[in-house]
Amino acid sequence: MTGFWSAWVIGLTIITLILLVWLLFATRKIKVERDDNTTGHVYDGIVEEDNPLPAWWFNMFVLTMIFGVGYLIAYPGMGSFQGMLGWSSANEHDRRAQELEESFASSISEFHGLGVEQLAANDRAVNMGRRLFSTNCSVCHGSAGQGGFGFPKLDDNDWQWGGSPDQIVHSIAKGRQAMMIAWKDILGPQNLPLVASYVASLSEGAAARNNISSVAPADLAKGKDLYMKNCVACHGADGSGNQLLGAPALNDDIWLYGGSLSEIQVSFSAGRNGQMPAHQGLLSDDKINLIAAYVLSLSADQ
Amino acid sequence: MSEALSHEHAGSNVTAVVDDGYNYKVVRQFTVMTVVWGIVGMGVGVYIAALMIWPQLSLDLPWLSFGRLRPLHTNAVIFAFGGSALFASSLFVVQRTCQARLISDGLASTVFWGWMLVIVAAAVSLPLGINSSKEYAELEWPIDILITIVWVLYAILYFGTIMKRKVEHIYVANWFFGAFIVTVAVLHIVNSLAIPVSMGKSYSIYSGAVDAMVQWWYGHNAVGFFLTAGFLGMMYYFVPKQAERPVYSYRLSIVHFWALVAVYIWAGPHHLHYTALPDWAQSLGMVMSLILLAPSWGGMINGMMTLSGAWYKLRTDPILRFLIVSLSFYGMSTFEGPMMSIKTVNALSHYTDWTIGHVHSGALGWVAMISIGTMYYLVPVLFGRKQMYSIAWINWHFWMSTIGTVLYIASMWVNGIVQGLMWRAYNADGTLTYSFVESVQASYPGYLVRLIGGGIFFSGMLLMAWNMYKTIRTEQVRDVMKVEPMNSSDQAQMQGATA
Repeated sequence: MTGFWSAWVIGLTIITLILLVWLLFATRKIKVERDDNTTGHVYDGIVEEDNPLPAWWFNMFVLTMIFGVGYLIAYPGMGSFQGMLGWSSANEHDRRAQELEESFASSISEFHGLGVEQLAANDRAVNMGRRLFSTNCSVCHGSAGQGGFGFPKLDDNDWQWGGSPDQIVHSIAKGRQAMMIAWKDILGPQNLPLVASYVASLSEGAAARNNISSVAPADLAKGKDLYMKNCVACHGADGSGNQLLGAPALNDDIWLYGGSLSEIQVSFSAGRNGQMPAHQGLLSDDKINLIAAYVLSLSADQ
Repeated sequence: MSEALSHEHAGSNVTAVVDDGYNYKVVRQFTVMTVVWGIVGMGVGVYIAALMIWPQLSLDLPWLSFGRLRPLHTNAVIFAFGGSALFASSLFVVQRTCQARLISDGLASTVFWGWMLVIVAAAVSLPLGINSSKEYAELEWPIDILITIVWVLYAILYFGTIMKRKVEHIYVANWFFGAFIVTVAVLHIVNSLAIPVSMGKSYSIYSGAVDAMVQWWYGHNAVGFFLTAGFLGMMYYFVPKQAERPVYSYRLSIVHFWALVAVYIWAGPHHLHYTALPDWAQSLGMVMSLILLAPSWGGMINGMMTLSGAWYKLRTDPILRFLIVSLSFYGMSTFEGPMMSIKTVNALSHYTDWTIGHVHSGALGWVAMISIGTMYYLVPVLFGRKQMYSIAWINWHFWMSTIGTVLYIASMWVNGIVQGLMWRAYNADGTLTYSFVESVQASYPGYLVRLIGGGIFFSGMLLMAWNMYKTIRTEQVRDVMKVEPMNSSDQAQMQGATA
């Protein structure tokens, strides 16, 4: 704030407070010179009495103003004057955050240095991981890791980026960026349903649901031909995917973006860009390990 | 007895009206529309309260969804219901207390139809999703311009009538109405400044923290000058009239009027505690909000103490009960407001249902109840009736309003404190104890009680509409007039007083 605006704020505040005090004390003394305690004004039959200001009300008014002046001396308020206490909301936040971090650290430090698998075997650590998960991860992955459309399910044994402790920690700490390009123009619009049918045929469940057995063998063969030319590099010849690239397996019945023919077709023709943000820096390494332990424990139950 | 009145005695018909030399037509129009818009606005409120429990009631239709109808509810109750009540009472009071007819009947008519056009435009555009996204100022720029025009015409009508008054002084009710009219014009114009990109879309000329500050400078003073100063103007006429007692203290009215208008304008930043708004602005907003307590209570004291020596009237007069209980709710919410503006309290209450409860203790308890009391006073006077068709129904309405309001605000207090405590609860390891959705789940009982309370309040409005209809349609002529026609005893008294 420039000196001018600071002076403006201080000036307006002080003038307002002085005028309020003047208003209160000046009006307190006035007295109408009439015997009947009225102003003598009559408006549509309404008479005005001139009773004094109630003392408790007057005192309350003065007290709130005294408090206000005291507050503005102690805390920031008068333009760029920072107040005698040196308080600021940024200071308070930092102080409080540090205090809390220290108090939390003691409850987390008992797990410091333990590996994810050791943590996953410890009920208290898993519980702490669960609470960290519901605070930080549940918005996308669901309150118990059940996932959602576009957000991987974590309570099964199917891993887009790998299910080893190290891979899970990596996914949380560094984040992941999946990249499925749009294949519509490359494959040609007329071929899209053929490829979709072939992809569905790789999964037993999807093949049954989408009635792939009724698709003409020639169409399925054409679809397979296109798959082998274009998709195989990432998703593999048998559709088992590639965890290094984050290419989902297509031969199981777990579908991140839906397993109907039309949903499968949309996914590869328009492309998909799944993104897991990096949490390193947001969460301490110990916390990331605890969350990884919880995630690991989810699939261990399967 | 005036010619108009004797005429009515002679050839009474069901639509006979009395004018006493004043323009009562515009007052009658706004009075009837107050009840109509009250039912519409509160009905939408009850519906969206039900949506909080059963979201599927919207049938997935966008224009029945909470996000679109919530602004319709707030605009309808504040500007359509509250606005009509303020237009009706201010245009009645300014004529009666100035002993002057409105300066122009055509202007009065333009103000009425202009305001109705604004309301209809709001009722169409908001459900369609046309929304400037500024709370309580959601209407888009073409409607904003229409509001400005109607408001300026209203100011000309009102202040023009004050200028040609036949009494020397200006009555305190008119100070408050005057402050309301002038300040709302300034607030509306400054906050609504925007650059249009199409007929239905504009962008505010402010951005970031400045935008937020301007918005809440507007938002809080819409409360201060529309919902407080305006309705205090109403209070200063109808309480002494209905109680038939003198106003308690002239000098108290001077102090609290000037203090109220001087301090309210500073209080907006308390809506932005713990945000990107600079600390100094937050502190000033909080300090001024606390200082605002005494000026706010000045109006309550003056209204309540006006009853001294006449408290027994509360036993028999349900209209007076409406007026006095509204002052109690006013006192309660103007105490609660400064408390909630204290930063540490605000840290718990902000963003919770407590805020909704606070707003409704003002909106239902104060604004609606004083308007209802005022309308019960006005309808017989304006339509030449001795009294309302059924006093017993008014009494029923009074208890429905009171119980409805108490259920509403008590359930929202409970919800607000539950939500605030659940959101801030954390475990020893720093994780949150509850997820957000758990706090929503914990709020369902409160939502149900709120719906019941709101439903009771709304039902009272239906009873009022029926009572008003029967009053207007039933042949019955006022015998002893509650208000004197122009050029009679008032003026004689007035001349005696100023001589």
